[in-house]
Amino acid sequence: MPNYNLTYKPFGGNAILIEWPSEINESILYDIIAFKNKIENEINLQDIIVGYNSLVLVSSFKIERIHDTISSLKELYNQPSKTKIHKTTHWEIPVCYDQQFGIDLEEISQKKSITKDKIIQIHSSTIYTVYFIGFLPGFLYLGGLDEQIVMPRKSTPRLRVPKGAVAIGGSQTGIYPNESSGGWNIIGNSPISFFDAQKVSPCFAKTGDKVSFKSVSYDEYKMIKEKVNSNVYQLKTIL
Amino acid sequence: MITVLNPGIYSTIQDFGRPGFANIGVPISGVMDSYSAKIGNQLLNNNREDAVVEITFGGCKFMFKKDMKICITGANFNMKIDDKETQMYSVLEVKKGSVLSFGKKVVGIRTYLCVQGGFLSEVVLTSKSYYNGITVNDILKKGDQLKMDTYNSLNVQTFSKIKIDKSHFKTNEIECDKGPEFELLSEEQQKALTNNLFTISNDNNRVGYRLVELFKNQLTPILTSGVLPGTVQLTPSGKLIILMRDCQVTGGYPRILQLTESGINSLAQKSTNDKLQFRIN
Repeated sequence: MPNYNLTYKPFGGNAILIEWPSEINESILYDIIAFKNKIENEINLQDIIVGYNSLVLVSSFKIERIHDTISSLKELYNQPSKTKIHKTTHWEIPVCYDQQFGIDLEEISQKKSITKDKIIQIHSSTIYTVYFIGFLPGFLYLGGLDEQIVMPRKSTPRLRVPKGAVAIGGSQTGIYPNESSGGWNIIGNSPISFFDAQKVSPCFAKTGDKVSFKSVSYDEYKMIKEKVNSNVYQLKTIL
Repeated sequence: MITVLNPGIYSTIQDFGRPGFANIGVPISGVMDSYSAKIGNQLLNNNREDAVVEITFGGCKFMFKKDMKICITGANFNMKIDDKETQMYSVLEVKKGSVLSFGKKVVGIRTYLCVQGGFLSEVVLTSKSYYNGITVNDILKKGDQLKMDTYNSLNVQTFSKIKIDKSHFKTNEIECDKGPEFELLSEEQQKALTNNLFTISNDNNRVGYRLVELFKNQLTPILTSGVLPGTVQLTPSGKLIILMRDCQVTGGYPRILQLTESGINSLAQKSTNDKLQFRIN
């Protein structure tokens, strides 16, 4: 495990920001997860927010002697990990790239001079990594998009992006867990529920998991959606 | 029970939020002005965390369906009960059939209607706070029947009177700490940030407050990282955005200031065109 040069800063009176070098890569992600697990075992916190190269430790009360806490965090980082290896899951997410959903496929195809089928083929044959969940409840920040289909965000965001929309924003791809406004380029729709507040675990994925997309026809999409709605759909995992 | 005769512009049920779910992207939510809401619960001898109704910009009408004890705190909108002026920050015994109505704004924008026992509402992810996509209800509607919990406070201490800090509503000063990216600003910019008066734009709500004045800067966006209620973000175009209780859990703009709890509470009582000045601790 590489040892990074971390910086520690107070973030208001109740939180501490820990930062890794300003890069997006998996070795940083796994180091973040390992440190997060150590911290969770040692300190009782309200929240630990994961970012691409950061952790924000949030306490429910004012952290007294914040610099002492930072010193003990620095020691903790250098201690060997006691916890078992972080268990991750590889999820296979069905996506329908049909015209009716993939409303920006045509534009990407023209701007990038590649066929729509090629875009779909590239998008659905990559294995993505879940860096963290943010923006909206259940919105996965996925890394690993193929350079050939990197596409800048729209200059004017749409007011309404439908629930389940699969989209590309710069070098990221993601799924809108609920209807919201958004500036990413929409290429398909997934019938899967990414966030259900009524469930014991409202979001199935977690930081460090892998995700790949499987292209399904509109008929398959409708069948899966029915199963999802009646709570009998079993999401596929890849070993 | 209380019947909502008129829900006003924006009224919600709020408790003190749903911390602990940032890992799945869930905002904390909770009362915007925790200072005022807490006083209401204290005066009623409720549990600290009991749910209250948060009323933004008045305009509401409520009918009490039985005798009960209530307390109104926060913004003053010349509230009346059956055409009689009411007192704020004191426990009122209201009669079955009486109607609470809101009049003209005197001070502040968010009023808290607290009842003995606290409001009952669907608990989702440990909290009753309304939030679109998490709770079934996201706003009070005409005809809603609000239920209250049976009163079983373990709190034995009673507060007959609480001194209200008037400056909470009057002050322009918003208390804050330096944010993680504060030091990236030039010395001149750092000074300007605390010396200048800023104006609240009409884009202000439970998610965040945008300010009118542009603050020129050369800061580059950061890699998406955690943000908190009270984080002041600075966009490349110079917009200042103060995140509030319903804000998302991560963001990509430099975080130049972090409001304290008291700073958030004071700001929660301000609105469009109000002025503010950041005061760094």
